[in-house]
Amino acid sequence: MATRAATPSTTDLVRQSIQGRRLGFGDIAFPAALLLALLLALLFLATLLVDVFVRAWDAFSGRGFSVVTSPLSLNADTAGLWQSIMGSLALTAVVAILAFPIGVGAAIYLEEYAPDNRFTRFINTNIRNLAGVPSIVYGILGFTIFVRFVRAVGAGGGVYGKNLLAGGLTLAALVLPIVIITTAEALRAVPSAIREAGFGVGATRWEVIRYHVVPYAAPGILTGTVLTLARAFGETAPLLLVGAATGFFSVGTAGFVDRVVGPYTALPVTIFSWARQPGADFRSLTAAAIVVLLVLLLTANAAAIILRNRFERKW
Amino acid sequence: MTTEAPTIDLSGSRPRLRRERRVRRLFLGAAVTSILISLLIVGSLAGEAWSFLSKVDLSSLWDMGWFPRRDMFDIKTVVTGTLLISLIAMVVATPLGLGAAIYLSEYARPRARRWLKPVLEVLAGIPSVVLGYFALTWISPNIVMRLSPHAGVFSMAAAGIGVGILVTPLVASVSEDAMRAVPHALREASYGLGAKKATTVTRVVFPAAASGIVASLILGLSRAIGETMVVAMAAGAVGGSLFQLNVFEPGQTMTAAMTALAIGSDQVAGSNNAFQSLFFLGLLLFLMTLALNLISDRFVRKVREKY
Repeated sequence: MATRAATPSTTDLVRQSIQGRRLGFGDIAFPAALLLALLLALLFLATLLVDVFVRAWDAFSGRGFSVVTSPLSLNADTAGLWQSIMGSLALTAVVAILAFPIGVGAAIYLEEYAPDNRFTRFINTNIRNLAGVPSIVYGILGFTIFVRFVRAVGAGGGVYGKNLLAGGLTLAALVLPIVIITTAEALRAVPSAIREAGFGVGATRWEVIRYHVVPYAAPGILTGTVLTLARAFGETAPLLLVGAATGFFSVGTAGFVDRVVGPYTALPVTIFSWARQPGADFRSLTAAAIVVLLVLLLTANAAAIILRNRFERKW
Repeated sequence: MTTEAPTIDLSGSRPRLRRERRVRRLFLGAAVTSILISLLIVGSLAGEAWSFLSKVDLSSLWDMGWFPRRDMFDIKTVVTGTLLISLIAMVVATPLGLGAAIYLSEYARPRARRWLKPVLEVLAGIPSVVLGYFALTWISPNIVMRLSPHAGVFSMAAAGIGVGILVTPLVASVSEDAMRAVPHALREASYGLGAKKATTVTRVVFPAAASGIVASLILGLSRAIGETMVVAMAAGAVGGSLFQLNVFEPGQTMTAAMTALAIGSDQVAGSNNAFQSLFFLGLLLFLMTLALNLISDRFVRKVREKY
């Protein structure tokens, strides 16, 4: 009798194995560790933002908005970002003009026209690999090809082709594969029923694309393009090779053409060269330049996300 | 006598067809541009790299260090520097990126996901020059100098941690995609057998997404090897470096050496040996990242074939 009481009844055994053991240490520690990893990544982001804003405070509180509106200078008390911001905006405009039509065109060909053969697969693999080429290698492309090209067409200016046009061409080549990939994704998300309905009423392929596929994919294409342009806006390394000024230069009373073909710089390049300057003044000024860069980029990102949420459709 | 069936032309209107062909050719041209860019990249690298190799004394490629101005082009110095920094970067990015990916894919509630994911995307959008500044002014004094009292302002460790933070969102988003591509039926089957959540995640979802996760790590490594600005700003050794294995010392990577040559901190320009070493390094970098990208591409395709 006594031994029977010590062994648990079958009912108990079954109940225990159905309910399972209680949550053990590992069941709580595992997700907690995962969450910790995620929060640690976000903590780095928060630290970066707080650190940069605190450092930038000196420059902004002392000089106000003259940090943004003054021209470049080697003197930390008067140096400003105006030329860099304008240079970056102009570069981004060149990139948009070149990379957007070519990238969207290439994506339309690959998604809508291209037959599934070896050539198409080769182009696709090639584009994915181009997207992974380090940005400084594009700088070499710019230095050897685009700078010479710009000089050859007579737009070299006083800087032997190392100007905004060469910089814009370089960055356009850099972001082109990303524009193609994001546009192709947006086109793929359009259901084929839309296309078939168009073909069914006798539209040609181009008419279907022009009036049905592209309008439906437009929010995705635009969002992707804005994000890609933001990437070009923050790119530094290739511009160092195609002559973005790391020192200072004066535009004086130069006209529009001279500004386009003359010396130029970009906001990230200025951040890089200021970070190399000695002295606490320049350290704070660098942080101020980073704040300007991040504010511009976050505005672009926010615009892209709002665009996506506003026009996004569910099928 | 015989009534002929009226022949109807169904080929469509000529102008529309002509336009169709024109548009198609135009788009094909756009697609071919990408091949042209690849060819130009390879051409611009190979030509100058070859003329560098044919001019320079080949023994200078295996020397005491990387000092282009003194005709010392030691490959092992810059490759070791690159690999050390990339290794540190992956030590940081692998746990953070994979942890974030598993959490977002398997544990996060939809509402938490909705704001955690965009924040991670913001981190992905931070330009590398900003992380370079952060590595130099924050990571170096607050992390690296605490780990080693001998570390200076510039060190490979600071650059490596900076690159790791830069690569984390990439690893996270690619591996999260891979895990979300695992069909729900697999998870449900695992629960049906009585497995717990943690068991399901580690024994079912993780192995099923393994090739995608490997792809994300290779892609991260490739990105770390090609990263330029963080290394150029935080790793130091701008003028050149002796062969260096201590990560708390300044070190030279392929990309940082290229930047130094490009901005002329070595006082070199024109078509001398030192400047042409830039193209040689570029070719080396291009081939290394290309190989890694091709491997990762193969892994990604495996995931797509499976599900």
